[in-house]
Amino acid sequence: METLYLIFIDPFVQMVVEPAFLAEVLIGGLMSGVMYSLVALGFVLIFKASGIFNFAQGIFVLFAALNFVGLMDLGVHPILAFVITIGIMTALAFAVDRLVLRPLVNQDPIILFMATIGIAFFLEGFGESIWGGDVRPVRVGIPDAALFWEAGFGEILVQSSDLFAGVIAAFLVTVLALFFHFTPVGRALRAVADDHQAALSVGIPLNNIWVIVWAVAGFVALVAGIMWGAKLGVQFALSTIALKALPVLILGGFTSIPGAIIGGLIVGAGEKLFENYWGVPLLEGATEEWFAYIVAMIFLFFRPQGLFGEKIIERV
Amino acid sequence: MSRPGDILLSVKDISLRFGGVRALTDVSFDIREGEIFAIIGPNGAGKSSMLNCINGFYHPQEGTITFKGTQRRQMRPHEAAAQGISRTFQNIALFKGMTTLENVMTGRMLKMRASLAEQAFYIGRGRQEEIAHREKVEEVIDFLEIQAIRKTPVGRLPYGLQKRVELARALAAEPELLLLDEPMAGMNVEEKEDMCRFVLSTNHELGTTIALIEHDMGVVMDLSDRVVVLDYGKKLAEGTPDEVRGNQDVIDAYLGVSHD
Amino acid sequence: MLYREAGQFKTSYSADQAMLTIPLDRVFVVGLTIFAIVGIPLLASEYLIASILIPVLILSIAALGLNILTGYCGQLSLGTGAFMAAGAYLAYKIATNITWMPIWIVIPLAGLCAAAIGIAFGLPSLRIKGFYLAVATLAAQFFLLWLFVKVPWFVNYSISGVPTAPPRSVLGFDVTGATATNEAKYLFVLAFVIALAWIARNMARSRIGRSWMAIRDMDIAAELIGIRPLPTKLSAFAISSFYCGVAGALWAMCYINTVEPTAFDINRSFQVLFMVIVGGLGSVLGSFLGAAFIFLLPIFLNSAPGWFGYTVAGDTITHIEFMLFGALIIFFLIVEPHGLARLWQIAKEKLRLWPFPY
Repeated sequence: METLYLIFIDPFVQMVVEPAFLAEVLIGGLMSGVMYSLVALGFVLIFKASGIFNFAQGIFVLFAALNFVGLMDLGVHPILAFVITIGIMTALAFAVDRLVLRPLVNQDPIILFMATIGIAFFLEGFGESIWGGDVRPVRVGIPDAALFWEAGFGEILVQSSDLFAGVIAAFLVTVLALFFHFTPVGRALRAVADDHQAALSVGIPLNNIWVIVWAVAGFVALVAGIMWGAKLGVQFALSTIALKALPVLILGGFTSIPGAIIGGLIVGAGEKLFENYWGVPLLEGATEEWFAYIVAMIFLFFRPQGLFGEKIIERV
Repeated sequence: MSRPGDILLSVKDISLRFGGVRALTDVSFDIREGEIFAIIGPNGAGKSSMLNCINGFYHPQEGTITFKGTQRRQMRPHEAAAQGISRTFQNIALFKGMTTLENVMTGRMLKMRASLAEQAFYIGRGRQEEIAHREKVEEVIDFLEIQAIRKTPVGRLPYGLQKRVELARALAAEPELLLLDEPMAGMNVEEKEDMCRFVLSTNHELGTTIALIEHDMGVVMDLSDRVVVLDYGKKLAEGTPDEVRGNQDVIDAYLGVSHD
Repeated sequence: MLYREAGQFKTSYSADQAMLTIPLDRVFVVGLTIFAIVGIPLLASEYLIASILIPVLILSIAALGLNILTGYCGQLSLGTGAFMAAGAYLAYKIATNITWMPIWIVIPLAGLCAAAIGIAFGLPSLRIKGFYLAVATLAAQFFLLWLFVKVPWFVNYSISGVPTAPPRSVLGFDVTGATATNEAKYLFVLAFVIALAWIARNMARSRIGRSWMAIRDMDIAAELIGIRPLPTKLSAFAISSFYCGVAGALWAMCYINTVEPTAFDINRSFQVLFMVIVGGLGSVLGSFLGAAFIFLLPIFLNSAPGWFGYTVAGDTITHIEFMLFGALIIFFLIVEPHGLARLWQIAKEKLRLWPFPY
């Protein structure tokens, strides 16, 4: 009885009794969720356009952030550093396309997936051998102050950097949505996503499109890297955290941009709530390590295509 | 030249929909034991869908399929395979990483009984079955004249040979009903002649009932005992090749007709 | 000139289906096995046995396990480390609580427990396939390790949380724990390696191996010819996890002599995956070649600069290692997806024809 009470009743009682704490946990969770969303967004872009599941997206985030911070430490102005890093990410996209994707065209998705694991390891070694493996703080003038917000039921502590990250993420998603719907390149991308061969036959150059997609994913990675770096410092741990984009995609669906965003928010909020109300009191904590994966795994049984994914019809 | 025979498979009032699209509407026909039965029709007529219903890959919303006197509505593909229905595919569906021999051996899968331990230690039935079934498989390989490519991974074989290996895999299961989905598609004249020879000798020497989909009308008219014609998911006609050839609806469907 | 297939006729299907059809191959493998059993313990140095042969052999078992799942059945796993951990923790638990049980039963039993856990995490393969499954195996990786660290029952409530492997003996010789001689440990591990490699080879040429490969190459067609997808995939998960469990148990008992979570973290999962890719997907021989190659490469990188009188910072070596691993993976996937095993086979084919080019 006691255990049942602790599992099913007590956490909810706590939530009602201390709504301010609940709100803080939720906001904190949603903010880390934004970060997952940003990484997942990069995955979705590449998956939609080329059907490749880019395991290296997490390392892209780290690699972009390392370059950005490294350049700034050399005394480059943040805006210039930003532009140069975008250039580096585009060059990277080009290299990946020529050296990895083209030789592997028409291979099984699982082979391509393993190849992106190779990319991930290579980039990690490459980035760190150039910029070193220390934790580096990011100072781009993102305000980082504790704000106290007086809600009706008590005072809530919010980090201003978190709010800033949320705004940037919303902005980025809007820009991408506009890009996809209203520019010729965006239309070409959607055509390619629908049917490679049909797109080729109406004269869309497939190879350039892939480079563009990977470059856009690199840009998203850079934004995510800066946000994340501002919060935690740029460090290797970023790439492990970025693994969580995988369960986010299972939840949101591999082909849906809104799915990536909402999936990220659900995972972020869910794992914080679970950790605070069930993990710490009942399971000795550290449940954030696995919560997202287990939820995704259970989700796979009931809706393998994700919340927003397209249903897969098999034919022979 | 229809031969007398009991009804092996009976399809009755089958309707199949994907969302709003009607792939098949109230299709009925019988396939008799020992005959070569052709399903023809223009592209998108529902021919492949029909085969998919027969071997349990699609589940029709309405209608029944009776095989060897047992009626069934829904069954999984492996159950159909266990009952003696095997097939080949429009787009070759071989296991590309395996050799010809291994591919054909998969056709014997359902007849093997060895336990995991017997297989793991290669003792008892694990060993006996491998050898006994290998002999059966070698018969099929001889029958289809593919001895020389026994140990070649099928991914490296040319298209025509891959089609033949696929037929070998289906025959290795010793099916009572063999479904062939466009067995001659994309072949040159010689390859087609070979394939026709194999289809006929399968039917004559092994006594296997065959249902096939084919676009080459010459082949269909020469090979088949009876023909059913589908168009837009509906049955237009059924009968001997000569009867079907003379049917006005069929001529309209193939040549087009002005509706004015 | 001796290595010839021509003129060596097989007169029965039984002979044609033997594991090694060319007599010289048979002589070579039997000779190698005898040398590994008799020669190595007598001739090899303590360092070679304790620090290279034992870990390489154990990792070969894990690579065999992952190869069954990924190479033969086409289901990607990033949770190898977790299944190894399951074997290690449960072997410890069984060995210390059922003290009368001989250690050579304890280890396969721990493997069976790992197999059961593997089945549980393989269940999502009912609905999804290929790389989507990576998420389920990541769930295993993070959840199981967390479980073994947080639940003190697994380590008999040891204060440190990192208990030492209990000493156990076979035929009067200690084979586990700190007291055992390296030779005894080596022979104990070798016995498992020989048995499991032989079993893997048998499965690969039997019905079960063909059904795995059929699911890997084209799952829909496999289902249409009568292979039931779920039991087939789950059997691959179970057997793969069994191999990984045995490898994990041996790793803890015979190599590092302690049961600790860091030995089985996600880096271990990647390491074994690399072994399988570099060695050759779907090849028993490749699992051994890959394990040796991936294990020895960092050792080589660390000592190579010293031979030429250079000193290189440890960090730099690690970075180079990462880059080299990444580049190798991509190289092998592009150039030779069947890995070192295929290169070996090509070399043999050339040898067979030597000295003629055709």
